[in-house]
Amino acid sequence: MRTCEPLLFKNRRIGETVFLEGYRRTGGYQGLEKALRDMTPASVREEVKASGLRGRGGAGFSTGLKWSFFPSDDPGEKYLVCNGDEMEPGTFKDRQLLLADPHHLLEGVLIACYALGIGTAYIFLRDAYRQCAANLEHAMDEAREAGLLGDNILGSGFSCEVHVHRSAGRYICGEETALLNSLEGLRPNPRSKPPFPAVKGLFGKPTALNNIETLANVPHIITGGAAWYKSLALTEKGSGTKLYGLAGHLETPCCVELPLGMPLGELIRDFGGGVWQQRSFKACLPGGASTPYLTAEHLDVALDYETLEQVGTRLGTGGVVVFDDRTCMVAATLNLLRFFARESCGWCTPCRDGLPLVCWLLERIELGQGTREDMTMLQEQLRYINGRSFCALALGAMGPVDGLLRHFAEEVEDHIRLGRCPLQA
Amino acid sequence: MLLSEKQITQLKRRVRETPHPREMILDVLHAIQDANGWVSDEGVELAAIILGLSPLQVEEVATFYDKIYRRPVGRKVIHICDSICCWSRGSEALMQRLQQLLGIAAGETTIDGMFTLLPTCCLGACADAPALRIGKTLYGKVAIEQLEAILDGERTEVSS
Repeated sequence: MRTCEPLLFKNRRIGETVFLEGYRRTGGYQGLEKALRDMTPASVREEVKASGLRGRGGAGFSTGLKWSFFPSDDPGEKYLVCNGDEMEPGTFKDRQLLLADPHHLLEGVLIACYALGIGTAYIFLRDAYRQCAANLEHAMDEAREAGLLGDNILGSGFSCEVHVHRSAGRYICGEETALLNSLEGLRPNPRSKPPFPAVKGLFGKPTALNNIETLANVPHIITGGAAWYKSLALTEKGSGTKLYGLAGHLETPCCVELPLGMPLGELIRDFGGGVWQQRSFKACLPGGASTPYLTAEHLDVALDYETLEQVGTRLGTGGVVVFDDRTCMVAATLNLLRFFARESCGWCTPCRDGLPLVCWLLERIELGQGTREDMTMLQEQLRYINGRSFCALALGAMGPVDGLLRHFAEEVEDHIRLGRCPLQA
Repeated sequence: MLLSEKQITQLKRRVRETPHPREMILDVLHAIQDANGWVSDEGVELAAIILGLSPLQVEEVATFYDKIYRRPVGRKVIHICDSICCWSRGSEALMQRLQQLLGIAAGETTIDGMFTLLPTCCLGACADAPALRIGKTLYGKVAIEQLEAILDGERTEVSS
């Protein structure tokens, strides 16, 4: 069984939370010390860029490249915002990290602020993660006491304040510009881009936005070096480890840290305990609700950014959701689309009106009332909605529809031909 | 009294001290909701006064979030996850059974004012699906047979 020396989960014991003493015992804050003592902000940015780290929140954009667009050396107010809105169904990794080891994120936030010339950071947490917020606040108290947070950190002259913001629900807040509106106390509809947050973000100031898991990787890149970090992945182009979620029809759903690029089948067999009730694998979402399905022919595919793009889907958040052979994929897709339609913020027409239409079509088909025309219309909605919505929510929402029509067209047609769901006895 | 004089003074002081007062809108709404169970029209008006905003500016934020209750709710809100992982492990049957046990439909409150039943999206407890939250307590790997005992436990906790 393939495993790896965990980085982010190295202190994780289920049901326990490690605070400052335990975190330091396994090398915690050595990355921050090294950065402040031996490295310039520019060399920290260089190291992160060289590591090949890609955003772990879903979009997978290069963290180093994102940081290179940021006006790090400009004077004036700038912000770091950590996106902890984790509301993509099938995604629960950031919660696991904050339940186990909150200092991990805090150290990443501090190093990122140092690298980007930022003095104020906000950690945006979703409403459901109250224990995570409490853990972080306790960690921040400890860090302040130890001279790791606030003014003149470790005597370096670098000062940084961190605030925890508790949200009140809604998936759209994970969209970076909606999140900024939410933080500012405005109605969290997305903003138009450009200007991008790196130019004009929170309170109109340059703002860097990164996911919790992304930032928690930064201390390891600094202590171990970019080359070592990159070598941890199983794929040639991949880099580092990944917190994979395993949920759905599995014997042992869990969250596990493994090298980036784990083959899907191996992950399911060795860590998910295989498909439950001795049934067989039919399909999965590879990385949360907005990623197109993989099927049984993809069990050898490596779960990495590039390899999944090659088979028409995305790594997303790395939250794998498995469906067994008794699952109706029309019904599964309908469940996913109902989520997206409900969570649409209502700002733009393709999303607000298009997603309920897609739900209506899927409902008709699932109930056996669908026609060939409905299937054509479903296909058309892919073209009408994708690329025409104000933000990426609707594009993500159509991911499962795209997967359904590419991999399970026959199953959809069977519903229409038989006038009922073929998987319901 | 939606908030005590002391709470109002404290919140007003924080508003004065922060460079971006509007940023505190959810903190103020959370405080009002924690004290009253929900945010009434008067609650929106009070928040506006504390924050130095118009009631409309508060309202457009308050109505956006599903965890800010703009209508009265029971003493405990049951949020049952209906997203994909919980769906795949039986959340629809759980929802039906809850409606039966409580004698209400989704969105309604029991006659005794104890529970409000609301569907919610993913609670981030996908490895423990099916999951639901009652008040501040998260329940994972919930079997249909356990529901009655869970509800009884939550009722007793309130009365004790």
